[in-house]
Amino acid sequence: MTIAVAEGIADALATEHRSGFRRRWYRTPAFVAGILIVGTVIAVAIAAPLLTSYSPNQQDLNHVLQGPSSKHWLGTDQLGRDEFSRLLYGARVDLRVAFLAVLFPFCLGTFLGCIAGYYGRFLDTIIMRLVDIVVAFPFYVLIIALVFVLGPGARSIYIAITLVGWVSYARIIRGEILVAKRQEYVLAAQAAGFRDLRIIARHLLPNVITQAIVFAMSDIVLDILAIVTLGYLGLGIQPPTPDWGGMIADGQAFLTTKWELSTIPGVAVILTALGLSLIGDGLADLLRPE
Amino acid sequence: MDRFAYILRRLVQAVPVVLGVTVLCFFMIHLVPGDPARTMLGVHATPKKIALLHHEWGLDRSLPAQYELFMKRLVHGNLGESLFYNVSAWSLISGRLPVTLWLIGYGTLLSILIAIPLAVLAASRKDGARDQVVRAVPLVGLGFPPFWLGIMLLLAFGLHLGRLFPVGGYGTGVTGHLHAMFLPALTVALGIAPILIRSLRASLLQVLESDYITTARSKGISETRVLLRHALRNAVVSTVSVLGVNIGFLVGGTVIIEQVFALPGIGQLMLNSILQRDFPVVQGVTLVFGIMVVFVYLATDILHSLLDPRVRFD
Repeated sequence: MTIAVAEGIADALATEHRSGFRRRWYRTPAFVAGILIVGTVIAVAIAAPLLTSYSPNQQDLNHVLQGPSSKHWLGTDQLGRDEFSRLLYGARVDLRVAFLAVLFPFCLGTFLGCIAGYYGRFLDTIIMRLVDIVVAFPFYVLIIALVFVLGPGARSIYIAITLVGWVSYARIIRGEILVAKRQEYVLAAQAAGFRDLRIIARHLLPNVITQAIVFAMSDIVLDILAIVTLGYLGLGIQPPTPDWGGMIADGQAFLTTKWELSTIPGVAVILTALGLSLIGDGLADLLRPE
Repeated sequence: MDRFAYILRRLVQAVPVVLGVTVLCFFMIHLVPGDPARTMLGVHATPKKIALLHHEWGLDRSLPAQYELFMKRLVHGNLGESLFYNVSAWSLISGRLPVTLWLIGYGTLLSILIAIPLAVLAASRKDGARDQVVRAVPLVGLGFPPFWLGIMLLLAFGLHLGRLFPVGGYGTGVTGHLHAMFLPALTVALGIAPILIRSLRASLLQVLESDYITTARSKGISETRVLLRHALRNAVVSTVSVLGVNIGFLVGGTVIIEQVFALPGIGQLMLNSILQRDFPVVQGVTLVFGIMVVFVYLATDILHSLLDPRVRFD
């Protein structure tokens, strides 16, 4: 009886968010706008081979630094590569890396946050002291230093962002678990003799993960900015693979004559980030308990 | 617990964090794939040079002995020798630190000057047109890559629009610094301002609902006076905390902005040292940034406790 009640309450709490979400998501303008923007960027990135006939790395040294024309919609760069193609293929690379880069810290932070919050005592102390130490470093300084020692490239970006980014998720999940573990449904599950793993995974996690998901949306924005910044500094995605940060850096040398080379990839970053922020804000509104 | 004991306790709490920062910086060398000395010296390094560097960095000792050596050198202000310049890493860092501190201070000041008027404007009429516009600022502003914003400001004010500001350098004397570093500081400020606007607006709205504001209004004091003299004073206290919490973000941003504006600070030193594979300098700058942020957090907490008598010291 107790078990059934405990599981029933936990499931009801988890589905409450989900059903409310399904009912109301299209009535939240910020969320819809965000989905439209991000959806368009993703669709354009996927359809890149259909939208442009140029390869992003195809050089044409007879037509370098050309202005926009019917052949090259956004002109060409210093190596005669089509800017429009590089922008589209750059979206593929940056978005893929950003989405993966947010996944690893999300999982690691959630796992450590669960342990710290549920078990408390010295495990909590150790994990939270680690959080204090990582937080002491400025975000970009630690990311840049880690990518430097690990070597440039996507793999290093994933490792660096995971090592730096997990702290926020751990803090959020720990805080939520500290409150949730005193709730009756958890106490009932404990009294019923469930294993800790089952209580955490089936009862606690569905109820505390919402905040971490909402945070992940704003975290992706930070990750995209970090990836683009690393690309700009020459530490991120390595050439000739197109990346918005690398495109901005390449264009900077021609700022006086071809300002659009640096400007357009920047606008693409801002637009994508705005879309993700709107989704994050919308999600926060939708998932807030009524 | 009185205020003095609270400050003392915060100081004691900072000690393990500072130690942790040193441990993390110490371990950086062990994250380098393969032999760190060979990686830093490049493919043409002789075995003798590699062995010498192993000995200098203590890589031929056990891990605890390596950390002991690292800490012994650190307390004597020795951050190691630059591989590229052949001078001590600390002398390189200390020479460039003032530029970075100027940029951080100037950027912080400008961010407050931007955030306060906009937040007051928004909070003066909640959900009004002005409020909606100001609320959109953080949403868009947070997505701006800091270096791109710097490039755009350079393009607008450094290369066009009457070339109002220099495109690089940091000037001489206070007025020179203020003029030359305006664009980089503005870039730093615009990076942090969205967060400040959001929190200052929220705390202003909260303060405006409190009883003492209702009392002030019932006395017939003008709305402007209520807002500026009564509400803002309290709301600013929470902004100090928000600024402190986000100072790591602000400080990190300066690294990239120094690069964009060719400012000879420790951020630019770090990025140049990365290109030169000068590990001791990169490690030293990371350590200095880490310790600097720990002290800013500490200072913010103490300042907050001094400004707000409601802070509980337990």
